[in-house]
Amino acid sequence: MFYREAGQFKTSYAADMAIFPIRQDRIAMLLLLAFAFAGVPLLAAFHVPPFNSEYLLRAIILPFLILSLAAIGVNVLIGYCGQVSLGSGAFMAIGAYSAYKFNTGIPGLWLPPLPTLASILLGGLMASIAGIVFGIPSLRIKGLYLSVATLAAQFFFDWLFLRVKWFTNYAPSGSVSAPELSFFGLTVASPVEKYLLALTFVCVFALGAKNLARGNLGRQWMAIRDMDIAAELIGIRPLAAKLSAFAVSSFIIGVAGALWAFVYLGSWEPLAFNIDRSLQLLFMVIIGGLGTILGSFLGAAFILLLPIALSQLPAAVGLKISTATITHLEFIIFGSLICFLLIKEPLGFARLWQIGKEKLRLWPFPY
Amino acid sequence: MISKAMGLALAALGGLAAAAPAMAQNEQFIPILSYRTGAYAVNGIPWANASADYYNLLNERDGGINGVKIAFEECETGYATDKGVECYERLKGKGPTGAAFFSPLSTGITFALTDKTLADKIPIITMGYGRADSKNGAVFAWNFPYLGTYWTAADIAVQHVAKEMGGEANLKGKKIALVYHDSPYGKEPIPTLEILSKKLGFELMQVPVTHPGVEQKSQWLLIRQSKPDYVLLWGWGVMNSTAIQEAAAVAFPRDKIIGVWWSGAEPDVVPAGAQAIGYKSLMLQHGAGEYAVHADLKKFVYAKGKGLAKEDFSQVLYNRGLVNAMLGAEGIRAAQKKYGNKPLTGEQIRWGLENLELSEARIKELGFEGMLKPVKITCADHEGARTGRVQQWDGKAWKEISDWYTARQEITEPLVADISAKYAAEKKITPRDCSKES
Repeated sequence: MFYREAGQFKTSYAADMAIFPIRQDRIAMLLLLAFAFAGVPLLAAFHVPPFNSEYLLRAIILPFLILSLAAIGVNVLIGYCGQVSLGSGAFMAIGAYSAYKFNTGIPGLWLPPLPTLASILLGGLMASIAGIVFGIPSLRIKGLYLSVATLAAQFFFDWLFLRVKWFTNYAPSGSVSAPELSFFGLTVASPVEKYLLALTFVCVFALGAKNLARGNLGRQWMAIRDMDIAAELIGIRPLAAKLSAFAVSSFIIGVAGALWAFVYLGSWEPLAFNIDRSLQLLFMVIIGGLGTILGSFLGAAFILLLPIALSQLPAAVGLKISTATITHLEFIIFGSLICFLLIKEPLGFARLWQIGKEKLRLWPFPY
Repeated sequence: MISKAMGLALAALGGLAAAAPAMAQNEQFIPILSYRTGAYAVNGIPWANASADYYNLLNERDGGINGVKIAFEECETGYATDKGVECYERLKGKGPTGAAFFSPLSTGITFALTDKTLADKIPIITMGYGRADSKNGAVFAWNFPYLGTYWTAADIAVQHVAKEMGGEANLKGKKIALVYHDSPYGKEPIPTLEILSKKLGFELMQVPVTHPGVEQKSQWLLIRQSKPDYVLLWGWGVMNSTAIQEAAAVAFPRDKIIGVWWSGAEPDVVPAGAQAIGYKSLMLQHGAGEYAVHADLKKFVYAKGKGLAKEDFSQVLYNRGLVNAMLGAEGIRAAQKKYGNKPLTGEQIRWGLENLELSEARIKELGFEGMLKPVKITCADHEGARTGRVQQWDGKAWKEISDWYTARQEITEPLVADISAKYAAEKKITPRDCSKES
């Protein structure tokens, strides 16, 4: 009914290997992208609710997009390559602070202030280098022990950005504020512009990550994840596979960190990237679905948006409850939902979606 | 295939945002960013209660401000910067004219909002906290660090230490440790203390404590080893009472610790019990206790069952919340004189906050006599007052033990000029010419 696939034949390898092999999926995706890139700005321009509210764009969609990007990065490492990491917050911080340094210029290295885009990408590169360094232990240790090693990265970089004043340009309070965002002469300031900027980054990186995961490199990662000895026996080099996963993952997380600081927060301190952020990202990929790009989006939406929705629900239905009670209720409901979901569907939202889709493809004749 | 789930979620959220109850037209909306949960809740709750109580009092007793009722809504930040930003975005557009002003009660959130309020044209009142350089209204048009910044506090604290030691000359060669919350809040006083340490010849020892501050064993062992002559405590929330207990554990004399005015309330000392006896802290003008405004609160708010406070009524932080709410409300009143008695926009209220002047008589009329000295805010001086006293905990109550100190402008002013100029250059802000503002 929804999926009438009669008449869709794959006649080439390319068609067989497409990201969206079913035509309906392709159309839906294109519609979604068209809506996101053109529809939302247009609706916002014509003040159509709910898109006329800055709140929706600036406080809900923007952090959702940026954290989705970070979750994609985490998913590359944990979901595809199976290397458990608790240092994601640190890699976001590296991205943010390096981008800040590049953007404000480093006189010690004769570097003039670089443009915003270059700074953000270089921030990602720095995170990537740090990721490789802290990924080296993964060649010897696995699982929980590796996660402890990455935890060291988290605490080390927390300490570094708090203590070494050079990173904050000697700001007396240790809080730095992002310079103006400008891309090729265009200034990004309004909520819609920031939204489009984040959306572009997310789309480019999601597509890139999806393709990497489908290609040679991704298959190596997954082989390592599923059984590293067997992978080695069939000729995959663990060194290259594991470190490339760390590099790619940290790069994406670093870019997300730079965007989080520059585009969402505007002004930040190391506390914005502490261990809580790492755990938040880890929960996003676990609940969303390990080893799926879609899961990163669903997980980010769940972890980020559900508490916000829960906190506004009582007021929206006209109940007067104190904010403390609401916050406690929020924790209770949120926590029990996580438990319920992980018991019912340990593979996360992405798996639920997949099951739903299979059912829809067969519906209404499920035999 | 993200479409459906995401679309649904967004639609639901959008629906929630739109479904907020419509407000009456003749109302001034004041947002309350508060925290009643988390590591800082003990200090956040009295403040939040006081803000709501004072706005209720204005509505019940006077029918609002010059007939304009006050509508207010709380949003829980948990002292977290990202939640604070979310709350800000949620509340800034509410009411017929948008939010009047924000008081985030967090230096971290203040830093994050400073750039945003500039674009949104909403003032932020950071009474006794926030960015110290925002005293310079020529650059920071939208920030109002009323009644004292951390640089003011640092100077007052050192003045008191010098007095106890028998004069500033005796500070030479002494060691003063700063035990601080490792965040923008705790780091703010450092530049002033560094200047003072150079000028007066004492050694400044910096001892950071990681958020939330429940683990301070190593810091106090360090203090035991290096034996500073005095400890300045720049803590918040549970960090304060922990510091006092750890000081007792290493037998550091409590009467050689002086806290900033955010480390000098009942929740900071009561959990430490007898160990806190002798501990001192700065006062942001007012202390604990009941004044005329409390009688009004009992009569108009608590008698009707609308009051929120319980045992915190008339405690230090409750009273501070009252002063903060009152200054904001008086700013609105000042703006109404210029723009008329109707709901005003943030931009109009900014003018009122900048031209706020409270005389002795007016403070008495408001029921705040004894809590506050006369204040005058100008374009060049968004702080308005730089005075403070020192109080000491005797195991049951805070006792004032010093005269009024006034922070020395010659110490802090060059810093204010320097750091705010840096900010202006970074943000490409042209400082206003304060002689032309009216």
